[in-house]
Amino acid sequence: MIIGTIVNGVVIDHIPAGRGMEIYRYLGLEELDCEVALIKNAPSVKMGKKDIVKVSDVIDLDYDILGFIDPKITVNIIQNGEKVRKIRPQPPERITGILKCKNPRCITFDEQELPQVFRLTDRENLTYRCLYCDTKNS
Amino acid sequence: MKDLIDILDLTTQEIDELIATAEDIIENPAKYSEKCRGKKLATLFYEPSTRTRLSFEAAMYELGGNVLGFSEANSSSAAKGESVADTARTVSCFADIIAMRHPKEGAPLVASMAASIPVINAGDGGHNHPTQTLTDLLTIKREKGRLGKMVVGCCGDLKFGRTVHSLIGAMSRYEGVEFYLISPEELVIPENVRTDILEKGNIKFVETRSLEDAMPHLDVLYMTRVQRERFFNEADYIRLKDSFILTPDKLTTAKEDLSILHPLPRVNEISTAIDSDPRACYFRQVLCGKYIRMALIMKLLGVE
Repeated sequence: MIIGTIVNGVVIDHIPAGRGMEIYRYLGLEELDCEVALIKNAPSVKMGKKDIVKVSDVIDLDYDILGFIDPKITVNIIQNGEKVRKIRPQPPERITGILKCKNPRCITFDEQELPQVFRLTDRENLTYRCLYCDTKNS
Repeated sequence: MKDLIDILDLTTQEIDELIATAEDIIENPAKYSEKCRGKKLATLFYEPSTRTRLSFEAAMYELGGNVLGFSEANSSSAAKGESVADTARTVSCFADIIAMRHPKEGAPLVASMAASIPVINAGDGGHNHPTQTLTDLLTIKREKGRLGKMVVGCCGDLKFGRTVHSLIGAMSRYEGVEFYLISPEELVIPENVRTDILEKGNIKFVETRSLEDAMPHLDVLYMTRVQRERFFNEADYIRLKDSFILTPDKLTTAKEDLSILHPLPRVNEISTAIDSDPRACYFRQVLCGKYIRMALIMKLLGVE
């Protein structure tokens, strides 16, 4: 399967196979007007299979969440057909408004206007816990 | 430090300072009787409590301050659906410091983010109860003369028992502390306490279903109640509530200088026959609660 190279845009590469759609949703790519390609199960020497997302415009996205999904994900910024920047997103210290606490005893269950905030408690194992009740994200 | 939400908000040095202040208060109560003159403590208790609320109130009165607040959610605007944050902002207009108990985990943190005055977590569901931990630490310090180099047994409901979680978090930071975690299978210590505190900190611990097996090893035995209010299912509560009952015969293999603590209230997990045993510390522990809260209120109000 061939997807054309992009002249100006963003390539999110080395996404664990099957998780591309998650990234599509987390980054809100459905809101974009430009061309967006989600490639599933692309062959990879290192990973066997991987997902790739290509966006045909250089847009300002919050890439921190990618570090939460997998710190091996890379983001390449393409301008005039050249790779001008490579970003390796690191796991953010806090994730706000993306994950949801599943603990029914958490205050966020009663007060649903509270922002859902998770904090990184174990960088090695990428463990995030609810800021309010310490429940692990699962 | 503005608030106390989690015992781990305090460094061990700060804990040691609070304990030193509390011990000075015990020795010289008159010296502290006017320290909070003109200050007001708001006790916002969304669920019932005897010891913690009265202990906070007694602490503030003994510092010369005043107390206002409510002791159940139904007598506050929470019954009308007011958010915790709005209540905290409102109370900030009337008081100098808040002590909050709430059945929902994280509610005092929400209050602290909204309030302009210090907030003390007086217990949030099955999550944290840092002032009970300070109470426990002061008690252990006074009974044992130290906070490190000892074997602590935690017995009963280790899953929902917030006092146990906070105690393990705090004691783990002192050198040479080991734990016996004694509970039924259904009420074992939560995974985050096991991994984030015990395993990550390389703390020695043994999980067991037998109080008898653990007893000879213990310097401190921390008993807890199986809490009816933490169960969604009454049948589970009935099945587990009598899992561990401390009776005099179980103490036959215990050390002579064992210290038996309990955050109280007890139901039947410690036989009243134990009360007269000098190793029973739980009523002395209640008194320690008042003194350590006095020290904490002073610290958060910046009173010298």
